[in-house]
Amino acid sequence: MSLLELNNLSVTFGNFKAVDNISYKVEEGEVLGIVGESGSGKSVSSLAIMGLIDFPGKVNADALSFDQQDLLAIDDKKRRQLTGADIAMIFQDPMTSLNPCFTVGYQIMEALKTHQGGSKKQLQQQAIELLTQVGIPAPETRLSAYPHQLSGGMSQRIMIAMAIACNPKLLIADEPTTALDVTIQAQIVDLLIDLQRKKNMGLVLITHDLALVSEVADKVIVMYAGQIVESGTAADVFSHPKHPYTQALLQSLPESAASKSRLNALSGVVPGQYDRPQGCLLSPRCPYATEQCYTTEPATQGSIERQVKCHTPLEMTPVTETATGSHPQ
Amino acid sequence: MILTTESPTNTGSTMADTILTAQELKQHYRVKQGFFKPEATVKAVDGVSFTLKKGQTLAIVGESGCGKSTLGRMLTMIETPTAGAVDFEGHDLLNLDKQKQAELRQKIQIIFQNPYGSLNPRKKIGTILEEPLVINTNMSQAERKQKALSIMAKVGLKEEHYNRYPHMFSGGQRQRIAIARGLMLDPDIIVADEPVSALDVSVQAQVLNLMMDLQDELGLSYVFISHDLSVVEHIADDVMVMYLGKVVEKGKKADIFSNPQHPYTQALLSSTPQLNADKRRTRIKLEGELPSPLNPPNGCAFHGRCIHANDRCHTETPTLQSQKNQLIACHAVEEGRL
Repeated sequence: MSLLELNNLSVTFGNFKAVDNISYKVEEGEVLGIVGESGSGKSVSSLAIMGLIDFPGKVNADALSFDQQDLLAIDDKKRRQLTGADIAMIFQDPMTSLNPCFTVGYQIMEALKTHQGGSKKQLQQQAIELLTQVGIPAPETRLSAYPHQLSGGMSQRIMIAMAIACNPKLLIADEPTTALDVTIQAQIVDLLIDLQRKKNMGLVLITHDLALVSEVADKVIVMYAGQIVESGTAADVFSHPKHPYTQALLQSLPESAASKSRLNALSGVVPGQYDRPQGCLLSPRCPYATEQCYTTEPATQGSIERQVKCHTPLEMTPVTETATGSHPQ
Repeated sequence: MILTTESPTNTGSTMADTILTAQELKQHYRVKQGFFKPEATVKAVDGVSFTLKKGQTLAIVGESGCGKSTLGRMLTMIETPTAGAVDFEGHDLLNLDKQKQAELRQKIQIIFQNPYGSLNPRKKIGTILEEPLVINTNMSQAERKQKALSIMAKVGLKEEHYNRYPHMFSGGQRQRIAIARGLMLDPDIIVADEPVSALDVSVQAQVLNLMMDLQDELGLSYVFISHDLSVVEHIADDVMVMYLGKVVEKGKKADIFSNPQHPYTQALLSSTPQLNADKRRTRIKLEGELPSPLNPPNGCAFHGRCIHANDRCHTETPTLQSQKNQLIACHAVEEGRL
């Protein structure tokens, strides 16, 4: 049994499907990368797992299980005990996700107090240990610091300390390094992966940085407009993309084109609530779209290890070859 | 959407006349620290010199707080430098009478990072684009509209966008509007301050393509401020790496990326994630963060995070010196310890 298993999870806001029937699994000790552009439903799907979608958002799923518990069936109180303890989340912008009115020590201890309790002294001791684990120098004095007194990298370390406070089995990191500089990003990613290995956590890493995912993830899911368009092992997906969208994302990276040459940009933008196309959602932007793509939605093909949602998936050819040459027509 | 016009007059890299020279530019801010405390000085930019060649792209790279945006603001005359000189086609930009300054300001334009914050939400695109013309030229309303529409076509916006408001556009389109606004006065130089960092990869590629096309077509010179090294590697001709207000390494792009010499440049390059496993470099782990510019360390500003630092680095500030093809400010490189 997998640590986390979703089957046909959808999140709707009114008539708009922000997440559209997605299914995936995360095993213990596994790093799953979720990539996609803004508006592709990456964050909303993980908020749904956390149980943080409020009215008017609605979460529907055929199955949503975590650690052999059915998250759809358990009552709110039990769910609340899981959230923040066994499933924890790190948010994108550390500067705004910490409460500016309380010291960081208070905020870390709050998480511990809610989920496990203990005397103030014990909690303080634990908080200091956590800060040491995430590499914050002089943790005793940092406990009484307010968020504005810390840099972005430090704040993100505090967020990580809060998330791992109750030894979660699953950690969801939503763009944990997007707001940080590259050298700090490298430090935070190393820290996350290090903690993940030590604690044998499942880690869901949500990001739009394809290169980052390719370096650290075991499996990867590519999302587009609320749907999973491709999934597989990171090495496989990035070296042999089967979905035109994955290919386009990879080709639009500056490093995949010769210097100063035009980049293979995918024209247009991710469809929103009012311009959702019929058939395949990528069809208006897809260079390979056929008649069928404009009318019928493609089914997900392939085994559970390697899935692609496309009528005419690309052949197994390396990305470096030209787009037109690699497509069966 | 895509511009394919090829200009016969400008062939990019063969045009190598210098268009802008900055010498020992400094921007020091006085900051109050408290009622009874003396004022402190933040040396945001501290002695930066460079030349920008016509039709080429100079990339300024560094982490937040290294002074790269301040440098851009000085070049566009939004801020007056504390010291130094900027020479633009023979004019000393810092000692000009008001009229001449207004005239030359038109030639150096800026594009800001965040297209959501840099467009006035209460104004229509047409009004935003025509504002520079209203202020700086005597064009009639009809002429202004015509000019705006022609520039909009250049950046891949449609005619019907003229009467729309910024909120009706996506991030990539807004950045196109910002670029169009920068082009309204036919500038020679565009200072692009992180123009693509707020955009998704596929949209980033569209905007980078547009910028490269415009450079070919109009012979623009770019000062491209960015922290994204893969973007810089793609678009730049020359690269200047800054750390805490100072230049630590400067040179041709190819030299910097193939043979980075300064330990900071090496660390930056190795920290950038790479899609291609062959291109990955062994990660050089940098401890700590950028020191506070309010209280910069003595000697080399980087010594606290540098594995090669010795006593000399703690006391003596390195100066830019020519090493192989680059200019490098590092004692370790100079002494051959690297």
